[in-house]
Amino acid sequence: MVLSERLADRALILAPAGRIDMTTSDQFRERLLPLVDDCIKKGWAVILDFSAVEYISSAGLRVLMLAAKQARTSGQTVAVAALQPVVLEIFQISRFDKMLPCYPGVSEALESLAPPA
Amino acid sequence: MRVHFWGTRGSIPAALTARDVREKVVAALLAASGRTIDTPQRAHAFADELPFASTRTFGGNSSCVELRSEGAPRVLCDMGSGARAAGLSALRELAGKPGEFHVFMSHLHWDHIMGFPFFAPAYVPGHTIRIYGCHQELEHAFRLQQSPPCFPVDFSVMAARIEFQRLEAGRPYELAGYRVTPKLQSHGGDSYGYRFERGDKSLIYSTDSEHKLDDMHETQSFIDFFRDADIVIFDAMYSLADAISVKEDWGHSNNVTGVELCQMARAKHLVLYHHEPAYDDATIERLWRETQRLEQITREAHAVEVTAAYDGLEITL
Repeated sequence: MVLSERLADRALILAPAGRIDMTTSDQFRERLLPLVDDCIKKGWAVILDFSAVEYISSAGLRVLMLAAKQARTSGQTVAVAALQPVVLEIFQISRFDKMLPCYPGVSEALESLAPPA
Repeated sequence: MRVHFWGTRGSIPAALTARDVREKVVAALLAASGRTIDTPQRAHAFADELPFASTRTFGGNSSCVELRSEGAPRVLCDMGSGARAAGLSALRELAGKPGEFHVFMSHLHWDHIMGFPFFAPAYVPGHTIRIYGCHQELEHAFRLQQSPPCFPVDFSVMAARIEFQRLEAGRPYELAGYRVTPKLQSHGGDSYGYRFERGDKSLIYSTDSEHKLDDMHETQSFIDFFRDADIVIFDAMYSLADAISVKEDWGHSNNVTGVELCQMARAKHLVLYHHEPAYDDATIERLWRETQRLEQITREAHAVEVTAAYDGLEITL
């Protein structure tokens, strides 16, 4: 699956695209978790830019939960930003909006998690 | 095939409190202000306009579901506290004639067996009760809960003919007029789901079942088990977030996984079941509406009807 990376000041912005479901969640996990691990070592936040994600299933949400748990144990944050309306509803119905910080856009997430020094 | 839900609450019976009822009455009175409601018909018509939780309750009895088909004996799934009302209803209907009851047990946790000591047909000579299950301790659990000091009436006092039959998961059986296939599920001490088929109708009873989302093989096995079912009665006790974090390994599932499995299996009707006892009616109704919405926004070609089970719900297939 497509997962583009972009560096900001003290944050890594990852942008998955398409559907994160039973068939792509393993790939998503294999790509995401090592990057989260790397960010933990550097003391960076991870911001997932979800603007190109059309759908996420429970299997995909579980990967996010694993990433958030991994980051939280080291005092770091995994956040999501720019969710499409359908994906935002999935987050709300599954209560993932209570589990992960959700921001309307990447800039808001950056401002909150990695504000300019 | 007719399905009657006698008990739909998970883990422990949960009764409405005086305050819960009063709040419903107050909400209904406020909603009625300015309206003329002066006959029972008008009152009922007005009540129909209100949300489910304002005028009714999902109920508090623990697991018990009855299946009825023309020409087949009564089938019950689990013997939770809902079995008390199921037994009384059956006795009224049988009006002194001998009855035949076939009971399929998901597992032997207390909330699933606690209704049996109050299942009146068990005390009446002439009735036959066959209890099926896959657990080795099937008969022992039923006898144990009626041993001192747990209960004052010993199992041996029950005058009906009571038989136990062990089943093997994955194997189809012809029982009580149905083709019945048990399936092993993930739950503390194991639980078993059942697929019931009769003619062109099929029903899945799948409660107390946790779904591990990282195990594709397991997911596929449930898709196959639910395949094209007319009804899937599904353990939707938690939110997805809770089910895979703080309540992981607690042995229960969630509404999101229910929708996904039914969509992939092309099942027709998802019935949310085994409601969290901590939830009030308004919370269960909100979950129900949200689940309907989830089904709608994630639907591809196949639509799945979504219902939240309540004590007294009857569905005809």
